Amino acid sequence: MSLHVAVATRAFRRYSTYRAATLAGIFTNSVFGVIYSYAYLALWAANPDAGGYDAVDAVTFVWLGQALLMTVALFGGGSTEDLAERIRTGDVAIDLYRPVGLIGWYLASDLGRAAYHLLSRGLAPLAVGLLLFDLTLPVSPLHALAFVVSLPLAVTLSFTVRFLVACSAFWLLDSSGLRVLSLGFALFFSGMTLPLVLFPGWLGTVAEAMPFAGFLQVPADLWLGRHEGVDILARLGFQVGWIVVLLAACALVLRAATRKVVLQGG
Amino acid sequence: MAEIQAEDSLSARGHVGMYAAIAGLWVRAAWVYRTSFVTLVVANGLITGLDAVAIWIMFSQLDLLGGFALHEVALLYGASSLGLGIADTLIGSVERIGEYIRTGRLDQMLTKPLPLLLQVCADQFTLRRLGRITQAAVVFAWAAAYVDWTPARVGVAVVMVVSGGAIFFGLFVTFSCIQFLTKDATEFANAFTYGGATLTQYPLTIFPREVMRSLTFVVPVAFVNWYPCLYLLGRDDPFGLPGWLQLCSPVAAVAMVGVALLTWRAGVRRYTSTGS
Repeated sequence: MSLHVAVATRAFRRYSTYRAATLAGIFTNSVFGVIYSYAYLALWAANPDAGGYDAVDAVTFVWLGQALLMTVALFGGGSTEDLAERIRTGDVAIDLYRPVGLIGWYLASDLGRAAYHLLSRGLAPLAVGLLLFDLTLPVSPLHALAFVVSLPLAVTLSFTVRFLVACSAFWLLDSSGLRVLSLGFALFFSGMTLPLVLFPGWLGTVAEAMPFAGFLQVPADLWLGRHEGVDILARLGFQVGWIVVLLAACALVLRAATRKVVLQGG
Repeated sequence: MAEIQAEDSLSARGHVGMYAAIAGLWVRAAWVYRTSFVTLVVANGLITGLDAVAIWIMFSQLDLLGGFALHEVALLYGASSLGLGIADTLIGSVERIGEYIRTGRLDQMLTKPLPLLLQVCADQFTLRRLGRITQAAVVFAWAAAYVDWTPARVGVAVVMVVSGGAIFFGLFVTFSCIQFLTKDATEFANAFTYGGATLTQYPLTIFPREVMRSLTFVVPVAFVNWYPCLYLLGRDDPFGLPGWLQLCSPVAAVAMVGVALLTWRAGVRRYTSTGS
């Protein structure tokens, strides 16, 4: 456990070294936040209760999205990127020698990175949004707590998906096509492109059932106070459920991959 | 001797030929990994396609966005996305110039008897953006069916696509030059390039007046699609600006590329090798 904390701390410090990159990123997140805010304001001006949100909820959703973009690694990146590169070069063999589980190691590292991105590229754009627009704050301490709990779950969930994609490099010579595809799905089905509450009919049902919904839509709805009582637990349970399923898949894939590495003798 | 002469007469046409030759090598290299190349192109098309789906979903909630109907917004989207796709294909590695400085690859390029910008643009040339361009062309074609075409409008449409590509090309190059000053602020450029592309997907009427002003007079992305599309749709300027602005895209394109070339030259002058 203390080892994983140490791994996470190092990852936090590693990312915090690049200050100019962080500042540039905050600026860019804010610019996109402003663009999407005006787009949503126009949408909600034409249809004031689209998807059950009001205009203030919609703009809040935009800034929560910008705040979680890097934290949840919606654009990819994070420790799984290192893993994919180490699989490509074969260095992963060294990782597999270690007396620590590979998944736990990389997950700890990704959580450390996410903590840094939340404190820098999460809080700063949110503050910009609060300055420029009228935003909703969590309606009660309970909702705030639920939101805070859902964040590490969202990061872990996104990690499992990225881990699976990275592991495809064991079989594919070049996994960039699959990576681009999974990024696109994550951006679209997390609610980043457009809140899932606007998706019509079956598309909405499918989108809300997919693991990507746990990246942004679930935390945002907890912040916006769209759920009460047991429903809050059910939303967190949705994230946990997918994490359990996908972590199991990660373990299986890793086992199959390890056999392949051994068979190839390197 | 012949080589020296060839180098002396390296005209604009020669530059295009050089670019094509280097780009062709990269395309052939990518074609060796056919499956990977095809998946990338398809993945790119699908993903940018989801952007268009998002606009369609928005219109399932309303009839007019900022006073514009779905087919009009689709025209704006298609035009902007085409411009971005073309520029993104042409600039090759310009966005990664910081990485080239860090690894010393830029120093290698400086020793070769070809313009540096041409080399960087042709380096790692990839056709994976074909996916985006195809998808944008499909949306544009669908929206074009609603346009009341005249010979003048066809001309403006062609000029719009070329100018749009040139304006985004200029933006990519100009803002990438920041990397000559600081090597890890690459993302700053995205606010202007991809930010500009995202912004122009929507009618400018949904933004405050100042946004329209700065996109017309400071960072001229409004000329990528907004003004020429108003002409194609036969609409008066919603902000009450004069109609001749709708024909000014080529002027904006020439100005933007000019700024880009000057910024690039200033950047290269300032450049000092990292010594690695």
